[in-house]
Amino acid sequence: MSTAAAAIPYTVDARPDTGLNNVKLGIWLFLASEVMLFGSLFAGYILLRTGNPAWGAGSELLSIPLATLNTIVLITSSVTMVMSWVAAMERNLKKLRLFMGATVGLGAVFMVVKGFEYAAKFEHHHPPSYSTFMACYFTFTGLHALHVLAGMGVNFYFGFPGAKMMQTDPQQFANRVEVAGLFWHFVDLVWIFLFPVLYLLNFGPPVSH
Amino acid sequence: MQHIDTAEQGDPHLHADLKKHVRTYMLVFGSLMVLTLVTVGLKYLHLPTVPAILVALAIALVKGSLVACYFMHLISERKLILILMLATVFFFFGVLLGPTITELNEINPIH
Repeated sequence: MSTAAAAIPYTVDARPDTGLNNVKLGIWLFLASEVMLFGSLFAGYILLRTGNPAWGAGSELLSIPLATLNTIVLITSSVTMVMSWVAAMERNLKKLRLFMGATVGLGAVFMVVKGFEYAAKFEHHHPPSYSTFMACYFTFTGLHALHVLAGMGVNFYFGFPGAKMMQTDPQQFANRVEVAGLFWHFVDLVWIFLFPVLYLLNFGPPVSH
Repeated sequence: MQHIDTAEQGDPHLHADLKKHVRTYMLVFGSLMVLTLVTVGLKYLHLPTVPAILVALAIALVKGSLVACYFMHLISERKLILILMLATVFFFFGVLLGPTITELNEINPIH
């Protein structure tokens, strides 16, 4: 264990009481708070939608092909992320850089596609103020895009400047990559639910006469 | 997840173990892709509102579970993490449905 790791206990070894290292427990606690953050947004969305008899058919304003492409991109990036963890476990720096680079690149593709989508909304005069649905759409996807950006930053660090740690403390480095992956997979997971809710199921009020 | 130590390159046990992981990841990847296409395909079947919502959310739930169980290693994670996530799911549904259920009387019926 390195000096830095000794200063902060249980970054690699499991704590006897929890059976986990603190890094693992910490990221899951953070993800739990993230679930509640997105949960509160979904709750607001359900309340707004069920309470609004004039809810419009919002999905028709959105591009399903672009969102499908972004879904495929994000799922693929989850696979490259998990392959980065495999590379870290194998102590294979070249492979790690390849897969981390691909993960960051796919994140960038997602953001560019999202940028095109946003630009089209403004071009067609559908800004957040257009309807409650569009306000929800921008809030959800904007918050999600911020998470993608944050994940890209972390993954870039571990894939490139921070990868030096693979030489000095490979186990702690592999743990770090795994934890970064947990965040990235969570971002993918949120999109898996956002995709049908926003793009596929917004065809007006849930009950009609 | 079950604790696996990194090892020097060439360790056959570690490599065999990771190879198994990679096979699982590829299977999950294929399943996620197929389920994504099924979700999009269902949109064009123009199902009635309630079945459309239920089917799309059921597929999303399966996809989400695959990501959580295999990519996030939840399937082989320690009990403490599972308890933490179960508590989170409980509170998530509380936050998700609580406001709507308590406000049902206030919501105007749709004419």
